[in-house]
Formats: sequence, structure tokens, C-alpha cells
Amino acid sequence: MNIRGFYTLFCKELLRFYKVAVQTILAPVITALLYLLVFSHVLKEHIEVYPDVSYTAFLIPGLIMMAVIQNSFANSSSSLIQSKYTGNILFILLPPLSYLEFYLAFMAAAVVRGVAVGTGVLLTSLFFVDLPLHSMLYLLLFGIMSSATLGSMGIIAGIWADKFDHLAGFQNFVIMPLSFLSGVFYSIHSLPDIWQTASHFNPFFYMIDGFRYSFFGQSDVDPLFSLSVVSLFLLILASTAMWILKSGYKLRN
Amino acid sequence: MKSQESIAITIKGVQKHFGQVHALRGIDLEIRRGEFFGLLGPNGAGKSTLINTIAGLTRADVGQISVMGYDVAKQYRMARRCIGIVPQELVYDSFFNVREMLRLQAGYFGCGHENHNWIEELLDVLMLHDKADTNVKALSGGMKRRVLVAMALVHKPDVVVLDEPTAGVDVELRQSLWEFIKRLHNEGHTIVLTTHYLEEAESLCDRIAILGEGKIIALDSKQGLLDRGVNHVQLVTLTTEDPIQDIPAQLSKNIKQHNGSELVLQLNQKTDNIIDLLDAVRNTGAIIKTIKTSEADLEDVFMEITNNGRLT
Ligand SMILES: Nc1ncnc2c1ncn2[C@@H]1O[C@H](COP(=O)(O)OP(=O)(O)O)[C@@H](O)[C@H]1O
Ligand SMILES: [Mg+2]
Repeated sequence: MNIRGFYTLFCKELLRFYKVAVQTILAPVITALLYLLVFSHVLKEHIEVYPDVSYTAFLIPGLIMMAVIQNSFANSSSSLIQSKYTGNILFILLPPLSYLEFYLAFMAAAVVRGVAVGTGVLLTSLFFVDLPLHSMLYLLLFGIMSSATLGSMGIIAGIWADKFDHLAGFQNFVIMPLSFLSGVFYSIHSLPDIWQTASHFNPFFYMIDGFRYSFFGQSDVDPLFSLSVVSLFLLILASTAMWILKSGYKLRN
Repeated sequence: MKSQESIAITIKGVQKHFGQVHALRGIDLEIRRGEFFGLLGPNGAGKSTLINTIAGLTRADVGQISVMGYDVAKQYRMARRCIGIVPQELVYDSFFNVREMLRLQAGYFGCGHENHNWIEELLDVLMLHDKADTNVKALSGGMKRRVLVAMALVHKPDVVVLDEPTAGVDVELRQSLWEFIKRLHNEGHTIVLTTHYLEEAESLCDRIAILGEGKIIALDSKQGLLDRGVNHVQLVTLTTEDPIQDIPAQLSKNIKQHNGSELVLQLNQKTDNIIDLLDAVRNTGAIIKTIKTSEADLEDVFMEITNNGRLT
């Protein structure tokens, strides 16, 4: 293992978003808070999803997870497409870094970005509403595994995309709809049957539902089941990302 | 075993396609340790592709490459530690300043704090010290090139490969860059240089390979190539009163272009005599109106080499 090489690449990926933290951390936190203010204000009279849980409180875990999902994906994918576009990707293709070290560095940096934004949303929303904590373990598991999953997906998309447009398309037509339609703003039990069924095929739904469980101890599906789905999804995306890196697809051609 | 130890880069039967483009058509080459090796060829000949394949930036379709005895695919970690690449494009990362870029690059190669002195030394000798805290984006083309040279050296590689390092660099900077590269060579580094300037290679390289359309069309010591008359090729463009009908046989090997009353002759100053050639033209009864001579470019040199069948 080239541990130091991995660690340097990881630090470089951290610095890359840290240097523009206003854009990469502050902006998404503010976006999430705006959603919180608007939706909780408009909908709080009408919906009570779980007994003894206010709608505002219900909303927060979903908004956190949505921010985690979008930012973890954005971190690895935009870093890779920028490096490919400017050509400076060769700085990390020339050194003795294995595909595993490469993958882990990008994935771990995406996790840090996702967790940083998620923590930001969580801490600021505590000013507005009291949140219970049911299980710290589930909170960490769902938070980290979801960001690792999206970090891996970002690596795949960043390598695959030839243009910024491709990436924007992926973001607008895959990540955004799936994260909005995953029960951030509602319980899927309030949906018509067909949409309930459809939601069960959306992996983001399990991330949000399981994450919500870690606060309230209540959820639409069994959190262990959600955890298994998220693990499986992570496994598939992580191995795909590593396989692509190993093959040299688009990067070493 | 002995001969293995004296070889810096071994290239065996390397082929590379980009879709329909056959960029490398079977390259066999050995570059010795401590050598100053020139890789010449016109644009599109495949020089960068060959370098990128050595560096592991692209993978060969067929064939094998090793650097300092390490296979670039199977023993890529060792192979990459032994080589430093200065890429053709002036790439940089606009998130970082010069010193940060160098430290990051060293880190990827597994070097830590113990390497920081070396980085300061590199900043010194490449005259980058007062730019060390400047974002690379703000530097001139020549300075960016120096940063790339420094980046290629952060891990103290045995072999240093420079892909057209003087493209887009002003004369003064070019001169000091050469001094620096010569110094690296004198310190025992193997140097591989690509260029499409003949003089550049001539003044620096011990041995030169000429690449054309993905194949090595000449490989010789500098002296060997000079003896072939590579640097004596000249073009003579004649216009005549009336179109020339019959080209005398004596001229046939020198004709590069014939277009009615315009005739372009290619001649080797060593073996051909311009007066004889002009006489041959006049003997056809043609009246010469204008004569223009020009230095041949590398492509003419290739023609010279290939046409005259001096390839072995
Ligand atoms: N990434 C690529 N994709 C497609 N074609 C390429 C690529 N890189 C090089 N080529 C083609 O391969 C040939 C050799 O290019 P190159 O190695 O850059 O030549 P040189 O460096 O000698 O100018 C050219 O025809 C070029 O168009
Ligand atoms: Mg080139």
C-alpha cells in the first residue's frame, strides 16, 4: 500500500472543497434551511406523519440526508470532471497509486464533504426545533454509508462524463428526482399505492427512512432492512467504481 | 543480466490504436541508462502517445514496456517511481500554489516532510522561489513549464522524460531550461526528449530516433544521423519561362514537386551539387526565371531518409 500517496490524495480532495467552503458547505446548508422554513411553514398545520413528531422535526432528517446525497455525489464527480477537463488528472495518474487507493481517497473525501454539510444542516436546524436522538449508531451508519454510496456513484459519473453537461444531466435527471421522490417531505404511506410501490425501488428512500429512524425510532420500513438495502447498494457501486478504475476506462486511454 | 542493467527503457512490439487511428505501429526501442535520447517526428507521428504509454497514462494494445527493469503494467509502482514525466500540455491545478502543487505531487509518490528540502532546492534551481506562493494559474507559459519540470522531479526519478518542453517557451527561458536539463543529464539521469525541432535534438542528444506515422523510421547516434546528411537537406524552388516537358533522369531522385513551370528540388548539400542540378535543368532548354532556396523541415528530412533507402 502507498499509504502516504492515498493520504495525500485524500487531503488534496479535502482542500479542494475546503478552499471554496462557502460554495461547497455553506451554500447547501442554507438551501436546506430554506426548504425547512418554507415547507414547515406551509405544511405544518396539515400533516402529522408520526405520532408525537412535529412536521418540522419530521422534515429535518430527510433534508439532512438529501444534502448528504447531493453533496457527496457532487464532490467526487465534479472533482474528476474538472481534472479531466483541465488535464491535471495526469498528476494523479502518473504516481504509483493503485485503483484501490484512488477509489478510497475520492470516496473518503466525498464522505467528509457529505458529513460536513449534513452536520451543518443538523446543527443549524437545532435552533428551530428540538430533535430526539433514538440511535447514534444508526445515525452514523446511515450517514456514512449513504455518503460513501453517493461518493462512489460520483466517481463513476465523473469518469463516464465527457462534458460538464453530461454530469449536469445526471444530477438533474437522476440524483435530484430520486432524492426528491424518496420521502423527504412526506411519509410514503401517504402516497397512492403505485407510488408507494415505486418508492420501494428507490434506494434513496431507504437512506432517508433509515436515517429518520435513528432520530425518532419510527420509520416506514424496518431499519435493518433499509440498512441491508443501503449496504447492498454501496457494495454494488463501490465495486463498479473500483472495477472501472482498474480497467482504466476513459482515464488511461 | 549485464545488458539488462544498462537499459533504462525497453519497448517491445508496442502498438496502440485510437479507434481507427493506428497511432503506434509496432515500436521496438531500447534507451540506455545515462543516455540523452531524442525522439523526433512531425506532429501526429505518435511521440506523445509513445511517452504516455511509457508513463502508464495510456495502455498499449500489444507489446511490453519496462522502465529500469520494471514492467509498466505488472510492476507499475516501481516503474512509476523510476520515471518523471514533463507533459506536453501546460496543465496545472488552479486550486493550489506552486509549492502546494509540488508537495502534493511528492506525497502521491509516498514522500513526506523529509522531501521538503528537495522541493525548496528545486524551486531554487528552477528560479521559482519568488513564485512559490503564487497560484500557478497566474504564471506565464514558461514558468508553468518550469513548474511541470519541478513536478516531474519531486520524487528524484532516474529517468526524466520531456515532451516538447520548449513549445511556447521564450528564448531566454528555453536556454536556461536546457542548461538545467543538461545538468540533470550530467548528474546521471537518463533523459528522453521529444521535439519537432531538429537543431534542438542535434545540440543535446546522444542518440536520436525519428518517428513517422507510428513507426521508427530512423534510429542512430547523432553523428550517424548527421552523416546521413540529415541536416544538409535543402529545398530549391525554380520557376522557368515555359513549362518543362521532360525531366532529365539525372534529376529524378531530387524532384519533390513538379507543377508546369514550377519545380521544387530537394538536395543534400553534401552529396548534391546545386550547380550540376541547375545545369541539368538548363540542358533541357528551359530558361530559369527565379530561384528560391529554403531549409528543409523535418518532414523533408524524413522523405530524404526514406526515399533514399538508407534505412536499415
Ligand atoms: N486520445 C486520443 N484520441 C484519439 N486519437 C489520438 C489521441 N491521442 C493521439 N491521437 C492520435 O494519434 C496520433 C499520434 O498523436 P501524438 O502521439 O499526439 O503525436 P505527436 O506527439 O507526435 O504529435 C495522431 O494521429 C493523433 O491524432
Ligand atoms: Mg506530442
